[in-house]
Amino acid sequence: MLKVYREICGYCGCCVAVCPEGALELIDAYLSVGQECTQCGVCAKVCPLGALEVTNEVAV
Amino acid sequence: MKSQYDILIIGGGPAGAIAAKTAKEKGLEVGLVEKRPAIGAPVRCAEGIGKKLLADFIRPDERWIAAEIERATIIAPDGTTMELAHEMAGSEVGYILDRKVFDRELIWQAADAGAEIFVKTRAIAPILEEGKVIGAKIEAGGDVTEVKADVVIAADGVESKFGKWCGIDTTVPMREMETCAQYVLADINVPQNVTQFYLGNETAPEGYVWVFPKGKRAANVGIGISGKKSGPGHRAIDYLNSFVRKHFPEGKPIELIVGGVSVCKPLECTVSDNLMFIGDAARVSDPLTGGGIYNALYTGKLAVDVASKAIANGDTGKKALMEYDRGWRSSALGKALERNHKIKEIFITLSDEKLNSIVRSISKINMKEFDTFTLIKELIRVNPKLSLELGALWASIR
Repeated sequence: MLKVYREICGYCGCCVAVCPEGALELIDAYLSVGQECTQCGVCAKVCPLGALEVTNEVAV
Repeated sequence: MKSQYDILIIGGGPAGAIAAKTAKEKGLEVGLVEKRPAIGAPVRCAEGIGKKLLADFIRPDERWIAAEIERATIIAPDGTTMELAHEMAGSEVGYILDRKVFDRELIWQAADAGAEIFVKTRAIAPILEEGKVIGAKIEAGGDVTEVKADVVIAADGVESKFGKWCGIDTTVPMREMETCAQYVLADINVPQNVTQFYLGNETAPEGYVWVFPKGKRAANVGIGISGKKSGPGHRAIDYLNSFVRKHFPEGKPIELIVGGVSVCKPLECTVSDNLMFIGDAARVSDPLTGGGIYNALYTGKLAVDVASKAIANGDTGKKALMEYDRGWRSSALGKALERNHKIKEIFITLSDEKLNSIVRSISKINMKEFDTFTLIKELIRVNPKLSLELGALWASIR
């Protein structure tokens, strides 16, 4: 799953712009991850702060 | 909020605000929604803009001018510096704005003109009819209402989603997303009236570090690097921290700003039936400098100029709105975007040695006026070793 470390996130929207699936949405200071996410990791790579990570954990 | 407007604008940054003001001046009913609770915050910007360019849209006001800039200095990886003086630095000479105040002023002007502004209110989906946009579902405080409009303008910035919801791919390629971090640093010694740009693959791979003075003993110190070069342990924030440790160890960060700037080509088409894209959402930020304020204002105003005619004629289909797309592409702005994208594509391939020798040779060039053509011609002349790279560039932009 794609993990959002909210204590690191600067809610800038950089990740939203590069997501090829349109799975990310920034609502003020809250980044949401939609069902469309394929865990491609592009967002995690570009994040200026390192607030995103593709992990082996399964979403609950 | 009404259930029907002539123009519905998604986003309250400079592009959306100038569009709303222009629409009202043309006698149109306009609503603007901004998802954040405040206009102008958080800032996502290095805040530099050319003086002449800005004057086309708003009267300069000391309330939102943090510093006036007379010169630009470029610093090569080996420390060689070159200065672009007032008369030859072109549009990079100008102001450092206080965007929190600037953006509020723009939206204030729109509101004064009669535009309806809604904050903490966001578009969550388009309303489509036979595949064409006829409005948007708007959410505020948990309630969703349907708002119809002759024309919807997507001014939703770098994180634009509205186009995607309408089936238009607005994804920025990873390698053309500049991932950025910036501190407002206080209690530092920086030269006033001078912007500084640091180049180098160690300092800022496929990007640059900027130091923009902001009032006395303070500056925006920030960096943008290509998304391609970003990763764990070497992100924009890591590069920024090591730059600050080296150059401004005494600096006190009073604000941390992060963000993304697209340096790709603009959207293939910036209009669709009843739909227009402006500013960062149209991907019209400058691919070389990353500047986007003027581009937002220019496209925002032009879009409404065209939309108002289309509305008056009762046809807001793609064909009628194409005048906007053709308009900005054939303008000086459109040409600069095309040219600067080509220059950027070459710039990102240059090694530190090449960057050093370019900066060294530019500092020897005597130019009355700074423009890209003269610059490249002169570079080839004084630096024949670079003719291979720069020759291709020269051929591509002439």
